[in-house]
Amino acid sequence: MTKVFKRIYTYNFLLPAAVVYTVIFIVPTVMSFFFSLTRWTLSDWEFIGLQNFRTFFQEPSLSIGFKNTLIYAAATSSAKVAGGLLLGVFLTGKIRTKHYLRSVVFFPTLVSTIAVGIAFSMMMHPTEGLINRTLATFGIEGPDWLGDTGVALLSVAFVDVWKGVGLATVIYIAGILAIPEEYHEALQIDGGNGWNKFWNIVVPLSRPATNAVIILSFIGGLRSFDLIWAMTKGGPGFATDVIASIIYKQYQGGFYGLATAGNVILFLFVTAVVYPLSRYLTRTEVDL
Amino acid sequence: MSRTARKFAIEAVAVLASVVLFWVPLYFVLLTAMKSAQEASDMNLAWPSQIRLWQNIADVVTFRGYMLLRAFWNSSALTVLSLAAMVVVCSMAAFVMQRRNDRATPWISFFVLAGLIIPPAIVPTIWVLNEIHLFKTMAGLVLVEVALGFPFCVMLYRGFMAAIPRDIDEAAVVDGYGGYRLFFTIIFPLLKPVTATIIVTQAVFIFNDFTNPLYFFPGAKNVTVQLTLYNFTSQFISQWNLLFTDILLITIPPLVLFLFFNQKIVAGMTTGSVKG
Repeated sequence: MTKVFKRIYTYNFLLPAAVVYTVIFIVPTVMSFFFSLTRWTLSDWEFIGLQNFRTFFQEPSLSIGFKNTLIYAAATSSAKVAGGLLLGVFLTGKIRTKHYLRSVVFFPTLVSTIAVGIAFSMMMHPTEGLINRTLATFGIEGPDWLGDTGVALLSVAFVDVWKGVGLATVIYIAGILAIPEEYHEALQIDGGNGWNKFWNIVVPLSRPATNAVIILSFIGGLRSFDLIWAMTKGGPGFATDVIASIIYKQYQGGFYGLATAGNVILFLFVTAVVYPLSRYLTRTEVDL
Repeated sequence: MSRTARKFAIEAVAVLASVVLFWVPLYFVLLTAMKSAQEASDMNLAWPSQIRLWQNIADVVTFRGYMLLRAFWNSSALTVLSLAAMVVVCSMAAFVMQRRNDRATPWISFFVLAGLIIPPAIVPTIWVLNEIHLFKTMAGLVLVEVALGFPFCVMLYRGFMAAIPRDIDEAAVVDGYGGYRLFFTIIFPLLKPVTATIIVTQAVFIFNDFTNPLYFFPGAKNVTVQLTLYNFTSQFISQWNLLFTDILLITIPPLVLFLFFNQKIVAGMTTGSVKG
């Protein structure tokens, strides 16, 4: 690059962003590793080694968060992949209500998570709720969706999918529409049916979309907090507590060192899962 | 069954499913917002005996000394200020990051992309904000929104900027333009489509943001609309009608954006996520 252009593309342009990003994001992230090893009151800290991490792994009310976070992320992201793919295929087909259905499926993405959580927790009320009353008319006795420790986490995951499947769908729609027409023509010449088209063309060639949906929803799932907080606050007991909600609880309790240890664990968790996952997914991708 | 009949049946089922899964919850919210507290506690889809929507709106708005109005003011200010800062800061950063190519650029990209994945460290952020005296302030919250939105916006800007030919830059330099004049008078106006995309998508995100205001903007006067919803859940325990009226009111701004900019929002969200 010539000297002139070095001056034209001066790093001064980067300066404001670099300052804000460093001060508000990078410094706290780096400092979290230090403060996770302390007993901390914001104004004062005392070094206690790995004590916070030990507490996190030994205390059942905290360690349950690992399991729940993984279950939640795996359940929501796999449901979003399956749902997004099926809806994506359906909504790129020759149907008349395409535009209406696309809008309807996408709309919940834009509604406030807290609002969605409140509305659904009311509909999931064990006796009065809309869902169980409807089931009752068919003679089915629905479970206590949010009050039963066995199903509560999956109920929240269902609402997460309801809200998020629209984004997965539009990503798939973009991916499927990007598949070159030649592949479909080739299939027609070879006499393949709709099933062949789905398995041999759409699924492999929309892999970039699949990867985007998996990574995006997995990260989102691991970090998710607001929906769980709006619907169950981690309850009943600790049945729906995830790492993010535990961080909030410890923060509220004034255990800043412990909350920060939770953040470090979440950081390690996310990078440990997402980095190899994205490497694997991009390696197995095929070229169009 | 013939092929067309089957196709029609599938489509009819899909439309029906969309009604059950998406319209019924919406209708339920609307209906509950129109009821009296008594009828709302029935939690059903029965038509209210008396439509109390206006009364409910008045009740929610005046609740706790017009807290909702303050919340709307705060949320709007947060959204507008964050967007303004984000657009300027991110487009400038993306300009250098896309145009320059030296030893530092891969590192910069690495740090920015990391921001898409890494969960922000909550309490250390509070500590930093506290040290620079911006904790519990609007300015502090705006900075948080800008910092956390930065990776996504830079990615969109960079992608778009790659399609703006460098010949333009060269011609401008020949004409004696400096870097700032080149960027602000030529490049930035060309970025208008992606700027619009960023504004509508991020407006929805920031307006709906719950977690960041919860952590970084606590205090009785510092409410945002999402926080009112959260605060009202404990206070409206037997007044579902008012809670749902609140839901209805705060859903209107994103709904309006959706009606006008549906395509842009979808485009922004898909390109942003696929590139990440």
